[in-house]
Amino acid sequence: MPVQYTAIIEEHTAVRTACGIFDISHMGQLIVTGANAASWLNRMLTNDVADLGVGQGQYTLLLNERGGVIDDLIAYRSGEAAFFLVVNASMIDEDFAWLEGHLDDGVTLTNESDHWAGMAVQGPKAVEVFSKVFPDEILPPRNGIAAMADGGIVCRTGYTGEDGFEFFSPASEGIAYWDRFVAAGAKPCALGSRDTLRLEMGYPLNGNDLSPDRSPIEAGLGFFCDLDKGDFMGRETLAQQNANGPALRLTAIRYLDKGPPPRAHYPVASADGVVIGELSSGALSPSLMAGIGMAYLPAEFAAIGTHLQIEVRGKFFPAVVVKKPFYKPAHSI
Amino acid sequence: MNTPSNLRFAASHEWVRLDGDIATVGISDHAQAELTDVVFVELPAMGRSVDAGDPTAVVESVKAASDIYAPIGGEVVEVNPEVEADPSLVNTDPYGKGWIFRLQVKSAADVDTLMDAAAYEAQIG
Repeated sequence: MPVQYTAIIEEHTAVRTACGIFDISHMGQLIVTGANAASWLNRMLTNDVADLGVGQGQYTLLLNERGGVIDDLIAYRSGEAAFFLVVNASMIDEDFAWLEGHLDDGVTLTNESDHWAGMAVQGPKAVEVFSKVFPDEILPPRNGIAAMADGGIVCRTGYTGEDGFEFFSPASEGIAYWDRFVAAGAKPCALGSRDTLRLEMGYPLNGNDLSPDRSPIEAGLGFFCDLDKGDFMGRETLAQQNANGPALRLTAIRYLDKGPPPRAHYPVASADGVVIGELSSGALSPSLMAGIGMAYLPAEFAAIGTHLQIEVRGKFFPAVVVKKPFYKPAHSI
Repeated sequence: MNTPSNLRFAASHEWVRLDGDIATVGISDHAQAELTDVVFVELPAMGRSVDAGDPTAVVESVKAASDIYAPIGGEVVEVNPEVEADPSLVNTDPYGKGWIFRLQVKSAADVDTLMDAAAYEAQIG
């Protein structure tokens, strides 16, 4: 996927106001089946898969022994003893190797990433686009998954904050489906707008905002970690941080005035000019036309309303800690 | 793509218009189209002395920050406050209201080291 097909702001706006389509064929699909699939996944992932009925999905995290994030993913229960995991492209091999290295009896793990093309169709008109392409199919509810008559899989999720769906087809049919969604009104969108859309929602990007040295508690993702479901990989660290409060927090920061777009790795300073961290992500928000970013900061600087500064090429621009999301979509489900 | 014949161009996509010993500098139509969505322009300090090739201003799109180099040497004698207030002028009128800074040049003959419109069009193909 390129950075942009036309221009980032134009693509971003299409998703916020109408419908955009992203090629997500690079993302990975891991299949977990077997009598012990659910209990084993519950020891490997942070969220509680026992909450999932057949056809439902949840955001969850794969952690190392130290409670650091290997990957964030969506786990769908596609059958009573079958799970469909959608993982980040750059992490497919690492996720697979980690899971395989901890495999239990009665569990089968398969990497189907090469079998599937994927498209994320997102925006207030995504449902309309779906109906035009599949007049006889019904979208599953939020976070749901459904197998389709033509062999495709559809999930009611996305990475933009808008209503929409992710559609997976056999790889050889991907281009034909892409063309059909575009003909039905979805505008081709690329990595640049995918990044600004997810950042406006405060959604983390693995590799930027998540890392093997940071826990989901520090990342503000405690909601997706069920500390009461029994033991799981990394739980001890999470429980300690949850009880004591994490030393660092992934903090949402917004410029107070106009300024150069904030970008990853720009230093973040306190109001009195002491550098206390760096941005893990940053962008000019096309919806807000304001600089936004996230940074791991010492907890004492993470309170909403705290005044900070972002350093860009030696100059300091005033900013403030805000609540996530930066932007509330008008059309989310 | 629009390439006015009265301008000279640097390989790094700046244009220059010479009036006496004052050179007006901006970025080409091709460059603005490649950058798309200019959302911020950082202007140089007045009075700053620059050599040809020195990073002198910064133009930022949502995608990336790009240095704007002085096409020839001189002293910054004027900057365009309008592109600071409305950076999209760099996209909509790159050879007019989207100019970025003016230099009092050291040697007007330096402009002859730059490409003419035909040579620049050949470069951007």
